[in-house]
Amino acid sequence: MQELIKKGKELFANGTVDRIIGWTRGELPYDREIRVFRCAECFEKDFVYDAFCGANLSKYLIEESGKEGKIGVFLKPCDSYSFAQLIKEHRIKKENVYAVAIECYGKCDSRALADSVEDAIYWITDNGPELKIDTVSGAVVRNTYDYMLEKCAACKTKKHAPGCDETIGDEGEKVDDCTRFDIVAKLEAMTPEERFAFWRGELSRCIRCNACRNVCPACSCEHCVFDNPASGISQKAAADSFEENNFHIIRAFHVAGRCTDCGECSRVCPQHIPLHLLNRKFIKDINELYGEYQAGENPDERAPLTNYTKADCEPSVVYKRGGKN
Amino acid sequence: MSVNNEFRPKIVAFCCNWCSYAGADLAGTNRLQYPADVKIIRVPCSCRVNPMFILRAFQRGADGVILCGCHPGDCHYTSGNYFARRRMTLLFSMLDYLGIEKERTRVEWVSAAEGAKFAATMNDFVDTVTKLGPNRRLEDLRCKN
Amino acid sequence: MNRIGVFVCHCGTNIAATVDVHRVAETLGKEPSVVIAKDYQYMCSEAGQNMIKDAIREYGLTGLVVCSCSPRMHEATFRKAAASAGLNPYLVEIANIREQDSWIHKDIEEATEKAVILGRTAIAKVQLNTPLTAGESPVTKRALVIGGGIAGIQTALDIAEAGFEVDIVEKQPTIGGKMAQIDKTFPTLDCAACILTPKMVDCAQNDKITIYSYSEVAAVSGFVGNFSVKIKRKARFVDETKCTGCGLCTEKCPQKKVPNEFNLGLDNRRAIYIPFAQAVPKVATIDPDYCNMLKNGKCGVCAKVCGAQAIDYKAQDTYVEQQYGAIVVATGFNPINIDAYDEYAYSQSQNVVTSLELERLMNAAGPNGGTLLRPSDKKHPKTIVFVQCVGSRCDDSRGKGYCSKICCMYTAKHAMLIREKYPDTNVYVFYIDVRTPGKNFDEFYRRAVEQYNVHYVKGQVGKVVPKSDGNLIVYGSDLIEGKRLVIDADMVVLAAAIEPDKSARSIATMLTASMDTNDFFTEAHPKLRPVESPTAGIFLSGVCQGPKDIPETVAQATACAGKVIGLLVKDKLTCNPCVAHSDELMCNGCSSCEKVCPYGAITYEEKGFRQPDRTTKMRRVAIVNEAVCQGCGACTVACPSGAMDLKGFANKQIMAEVDAICL
Repeated sequence: MQELIKKGKELFANGTVDRIIGWTRGELPYDREIRVFRCAECFEKDFVYDAFCGANLSKYLIEESGKEGKIGVFLKPCDSYSFAQLIKEHRIKKENVYAVAIECYGKCDSRALADSVEDAIYWITDNGPELKIDTVSGAVVRNTYDYMLEKCAACKTKKHAPGCDETIGDEGEKVDDCTRFDIVAKLEAMTPEERFAFWRGELSRCIRCNACRNVCPACSCEHCVFDNPASGISQKAAADSFEENNFHIIRAFHVAGRCTDCGECSRVCPQHIPLHLLNRKFIKDINELYGEYQAGENPDERAPLTNYTKADCEPSVVYKRGGKN
Repeated sequence: MSVNNEFRPKIVAFCCNWCSYAGADLAGTNRLQYPADVKIIRVPCSCRVNPMFILRAFQRGADGVILCGCHPGDCHYTSGNYFARRRMTLLFSMLDYLGIEKERTRVEWVSAAEGAKFAATMNDFVDTVTKLGPNRRLEDLRCKN
Repeated sequence: MNRIGVFVCHCGTNIAATVDVHRVAETLGKEPSVVIAKDYQYMCSEAGQNMIKDAIREYGLTGLVVCSCSPRMHEATFRKAAASAGLNPYLVEIANIREQDSWIHKDIEEATEKAVILGRTAIAKVQLNTPLTAGESPVTKRALVIGGGIAGIQTALDIAEAGFEVDIVEKQPTIGGKMAQIDKTFPTLDCAACILTPKMVDCAQNDKITIYSYSEVAAVSGFVGNFSVKIKRKARFVDETKCTGCGLCTEKCPQKKVPNEFNLGLDNRRAIYIPFAQAVPKVATIDPDYCNMLKNGKCGVCAKVCGAQAIDYKAQDTYVEQQYGAIVVATGFNPINIDAYDEYAYSQSQNVVTSLELERLMNAAGPNGGTLLRPSDKKHPKTIVFVQCVGSRCDDSRGKGYCSKICCMYTAKHAMLIREKYPDTNVYVFYIDVRTPGKNFDEFYRRAVEQYNVHYVKGQVGKVVPKSDGNLIVYGSDLIEGKRLVIDADMVVLAAAIEPDKSARSIATMLTASMDTNDFFTEAHPKLRPVESPTAGIFLSGVCQGPKDIPETVAQATACAGKVIGLLVKDKLTCNPCVAHSDELMCNGCSSCEKVCPYGAITYEEKGFRQPDRTTKMRRVAIVNEAVCQGCGACTVACPSGAMDLKGFANKQIMAEVDAICL
């Protein structure tokens, strides 16, 4: 974290940026909020980078890069793909952003961590592999890796997407034994009845708070179809099972081929719905049917849904391929 | 047939204007029968069909949705059906993943000359959907009369 | 408030026998917003149309639904009728109750019920229809032909004949293309030059035709009727307007060791050259890769000998910008590079030649003055082996999967000409199949076999081994006799596959015209629109669209000209009003739509939007060029925000249809 603060101060000092977007402490000891720092002093005082900085800063740059001046940003590997994808879609004005690639060894699922402690927490110290938790009844220690976010436990890469201006620390590698599709595969192997029951169980909890949509870097439309009465599908409430399904199918479809699998949707869902499993289904299908594709990885490559080959499989592949009947 | 004779499925067929809609017309010209449960919506190209339309049909109580377009390589707009093919593959796979019976959705390529294929496809599709019974997993109860 | 009129057609008994048309009209008449519902025997008849027109006027209809035959049959009729009564033609919807109802059902109850639903669906849609006006765009009455081979020449001549200006852009110093290199033409054996060069001269003399030789298309913008093209005129270092084509410079130039591309490198030319005697324009060109003056400033002989003072060593590339209404692609072909076919020893022996090289070797204006001598030692060859399908109908990456179409016939021609002129020569032809569909083609081939005793061997050549004396041992198999053949040949001639000219790919990109995997241009419809590209205003002439021989090329070139003339005679083009439209307030500018547009109809611009706080925010938004959009709707689904919609087939309209069907 000290290295990042040093870098941030340097960027302010040499005039590279006039703002930096980063994380800062929130109300609760494990809350991290996102803040735009406008001076080196406040940055040094309040900037934080630790196990709780799971939030992806890329989406904020759509708004921020449209403003005058240049903004600095620290990008974890998975954030950098969202960043690159948004540049590819002309949403972020790259010339107004100075991006610093930073290392990440996984972020903590603060809700799971908080639930594991009985007493009220008033401070947490991130000691790397260990988290020291000060509670009203004394300190406890937790292994960081036991409380990782799902997206980090199934990390796909520690290597940044191209497009960052500099890198602090070592550039990582792709994770070879990534397990992110395991649960998708497990679901695929179920019977349709089991799958239906599984998803009803999950999606019926949706309260349509729109947190998933609001955090998602790919869901950054100027005007969302679900808010647009002219679209014919605008609905505000998760009024019945169809509406719950419809919202999540359309949302996943709209980001298919653009979703970088940053996992933010599931991280913020107050109902703990594993929304990433919908996105990962599309990613898995795309990889298997049309070749490996990672959104944001290649600025010149066409997205799978705006591309085709004459030899593409027929939709009937689903009959043979989908799970058991 | 032992299937419930009372049940008549609602089938929405999206047909591209240049090939499949003409194929459907040819089926008519040749007096090739298929069940009246099939209602056709004319679209300029299979690539015009938005997944939202398909979900909408199920919401409103359709029991099956079929999309027909020109054969790959023959699209009036050169590439439309290639895009449709990818979109529908992914959408249908997703519906299956959510546990919705995958036989309720289908894509068929029917040329303007394939009236017989159009009728045969519709007969087969209606038969399949009839055996599945009413769509219960993806409907909006509020839309029920 | 909508006022919809519904008209149900009996179509004699075609509909009325299976559908209770009275009941349909009666039921639909009760739909909200329907103010009149009638049935009639023949809606498309004059009386039927008058009934519609009267109702439009009497009830002030805002929408019209005709339940009748397929819209593919009479939609245009009823739209026209509506327009003549003052109702916008795009406020008409057809419910197809004949082809898709009465003709496929037997049960009257069922068919009637379906007709009502189809009628309701059309009513649901028509209420959301908006009046559309077909836009118009002007037509620039000038055509561009890219490529000056026989295809381009014929198309240009035909267009000029109709009175329109035509420009030909040819990358070589002369027009004429491949046909100028050919000796004789099948199946009539008339000399290619004798029938081609008069056409070349016609082009030069036609005051409607401008030839930009030694030039290339550098950039294309615009759309049908309104293309803007930038043409690069490469520096030829000779002033075309001054050069008289006397040829003195080409005799005096001291640089004699330049491979002569017109003779496929079989002999040499000078650094300043005129490709061949009948070149059009007949002006010299300096080859900057070989000219001593241009390379190191030492020489200047051509400038000294030029009486017309046409030489200009300081010449630069220049650019011409011109507007066109139509663009014709006539970029032609080349034989493929056959270096990968090691087994035929092409790169090892001079005496293994391609068929096009043989044309030059046999041509009176060729390197040997028309006497067939083999390249290595200028001896008259006694045994010649022709190998067919070298790279054609090929299933590996060295060649092409398609049939090059012309090889069977030109090989029969070569064999026949050689046997005619040198009866002491043994000629073998190894073939997979002999393909001779064409007028007088099979007769021609049979003459080669029966009259000229050419040895046709069904089978393939496995290997050609050069010997030290220049002869070649040809190992082949005769599939009919079932035996191996070993032939001691003086020459081997390879029928190399043909492929589209390499420049075609970049031209296709500039024109946004589609190509197939072999880089042949795709036609708008393989059967019914064979000379048009799917991109409006782009036309295809000659081999750029697919392999073809000279008669076919000329036929296609003329057909292409006909289509171009049909476009250029129009003063204005009516656009299809059912086109995509982007709502800029919702557009993200993400470029998804552009990627799926087959016509390049979508562009982007930075636009300022007033914000609630009175500042202006710049955003990238999509703009649809309505003259170019063909209305497929691919963009509407690619668009994540739903900003892109299609007029006439809008999201809401289609959903209204879905709702009506599922009700």
